[in-house]
Amino acid sequence: MSALELIQLNLLTPVVLAFFLGMAATLLRSDLKMPDELYQGLSIYLLLAIGLKGGVELSAAAPREFLIPAGGAVLLGLAVPLWCYALLRKIGRLTVADSAALAAHYGSVSAVTFLATLAFLAALGVPHEGFMPALLAIMEVPAIVVALLLARSRVPERTPWRELAREILTGKSILLLAGGLLIGLITGREGFAKVEGFFVTPFQGVLALFLLEMGMVAARRFGDLRKVGWFLVGFGIVMPLLHGALGIYVGKWCGLSMGGSMILGVLAASASYIAAPAAVRLSLPQANPTYYLTASLAITFPFNLTFGIPLYYAFARFAYGV
Amino acid sequence: MKTHPLKLVTIIGEAVLADRLLREIRKLGAKGHTLTTVEGQGSRGVRASEWEGKNVKIETLVSEEVADAILHVLSEHYFANFAVVAYVHDVGVVRGEKYV
Repeated sequence: MSALELIQLNLLTPVVLAFFLGMAATLLRSDLKMPDELYQGLSIYLLLAIGLKGGVELSAAAPREFLIPAGGAVLLGLAVPLWCYALLRKIGRLTVADSAALAAHYGSVSAVTFLATLAFLAALGVPHEGFMPALLAIMEVPAIVVALLLARSRVPERTPWRELAREILTGKSILLLAGGLLIGLITGREGFAKVEGFFVTPFQGVLALFLLEMGMVAARRFGDLRKVGWFLVGFGIVMPLLHGALGIYVGKWCGLSMGGSMILGVLAASASYIAAPAAVRLSLPQANPTYYLTASLAITFPFNLTFGIPLYYAFARFAYGV
Repeated sequence: MKTHPLKLVTIIGEAVLADRLLREIRKLGAKGHTLTTVEGQGSRGVRASEWEGKNVKIETLVSEEVADAILHVLSEHYFANFAVVAYVHDVGVVRGEKYV
């Protein structure tokens, strides 16, 4: 399949088109508005569903099969914020707080980008390891901790560690992903069959609704692109490409299938916008949210969703020589 | 009817701060509060809550000393980095002993 066909295959899905519809609604100043309660409900559904499915698959996987990729995922989460921070500080000339905040976002992961990738692979019929949602959960936290550590010694006024740990670990995205994994792991396939009708069949529809809202949010931030400057726009596109390639190689070294490595690449390439913003806002308030929210939501997320996913797929094929 | 002179402290801030602010005012001696979700815009124009949730308005009836302490903590730890507005009203409250 040519690159153009891959991009087409990725763009012309209800989920991605719903994202564009959301964008159009904001740009055309439509009165469309997603109620906050609905948005909260959809995100709870999505996170719990991902966790559950991942847990069920994890219950079927051999521990060794899983532990090595899990180690690779942790290493990626720990390492990515280090060079992001250095680059933003030295070349981008951003403040300590802003650099660390961005490093936390780019080291952490985006659940929706992950889901779009699963849909893309399903459309192509490419198999992958079922436990990938566990890697998504594993990669949420380390980068946030590393980035906060980087900033902590260099900014005045610190939040006590205990409070920080509580805020990061009890945040809804970690709680639901990890909790879902645990429930799936305990109840296995048999238990999952009982809730399957609710958590599997409507899943893509819920995702489409969620992306409608994300399109509106991303488009609202387009005005801020001028404020954040060209360096950050470039950063938000180039870094995901580098991280994507790195993640794919790490996946290959860890023995993942091509589909699995591509997903790990997407995880490395994606930037967080649920767990990281909440944690960073509370524990690193000196950082300007305009930078990290705009970079993550208005640059990296749309890029990954449209062109990134097919590119990472093409790269994974290249890495595996197929 | 007999009323007690008290202070009504109103704090409007980013939704992510809600838990933290409630803990602070309790620690400083507030006996209760009312929390509402509100929408609005201010001079700062940058809010983390633009993505997740709206703003919260916390109202609490307290003595003058507690009101001062709350405003002091807010100006020390919150005004610089967060979108927070706070103001105080003089109010007359029925059953004032409940609040001090």
